[in-house]
Amino acid sequence: MPVSTEAVGKQYPETTYEVGLEKIREYANAVGQAEPVHHDREAARQAGFRDVVAPPMFAVVYSAPALGPAILDPDVGINFAAMVHGGQEFVWGEPVCAGDEITTRAKVQEIYEKDGKGFYVFESVSTNQDGDEVVRATWTNIVRGV
Amino acid sequence: MADLNEGEAIPELRITPDKYLPHRYAGASGDFNPIHIDNDFATAVGLPRNILHGLWTMAQVARAQTEAAGGDPRSLRRLSVQFRGMGVPEEEIVVSGTVTSRDGDRAIVATEAVQGGNGIVRNAESELELR
Repeated sequence: MPVSTEAVGKQYPETTYEVGLEKIREYANAVGQAEPVHHDREAARQAGFRDVVAPPMFAVVYSAPALGPAILDPDVGINFAAMVHGGQEFVWGEPVCAGDEITTRAKVQEIYEKDGKGFYVFESVSTNQDGDEVVRATWTNIVRGV
Repeated sequence: MADLNEGEAIPELRITPDKYLPHRYAGASGDFNPIHIDNDFATAVGLPRNILHGLWTMAQVARAQTEAAGGDPRSLRRLSVQFRGMGVPEEEIVVSGTVTSRDGDRAIVATEAVQGGNGIVRNAESELELR
């Protein structure tokens, strides 16, 4: 059965995420980032950040909630039993610090079929409370045997 | 901090995720998919055991980049990866990379993460801004 490309371009409601200091520390500990700028307010300020700064991959935490409805959308039609996370890209802008409020918008960027697999590509763009872009992400999910 | 000239390797990162790492990462990230935290569920759906979150492994690739650049999180401008195979807890992962080009304060690095001979993150490409 060929993949349906009707949902390409579809956009989803924005989500907001308020970045907490302890959440940054918890994430930094889970991924092994021991640098003081991810844990200590004074160290972060001395390095030029507003507050404790998130490791770059913390982007997952604040942007993923916007992706949920897109990936689950029946119009997109992903067969979850056969889905794997095939690829991921982040392009970073302004650093994200404790106290920031991050807004994320997601859309279906591309759906195509290759070698008997369905490729479902989503884009999310996250901005901070000043309107500055903090991350642009591309999420590629692959479904075997479409 | 490494010089990061074209053709040079970045410092290798070796890490062995402990048995409970996927549970801590689930809490930190909000991804509670049972294939990562429930060994019985994972084996019931045909996996060898509960598996690592791919985005945790990507975070190790990201950490290797920022550490190579001197530890400043602002140095990592872009990172793209492909996930292949599955990572598991309690086995060492080796993250290694090579600078493929260097232009002024910008370096492009090709990286992979390997566990037990299997590439679990492949074709990772990063762009670093060296400060």
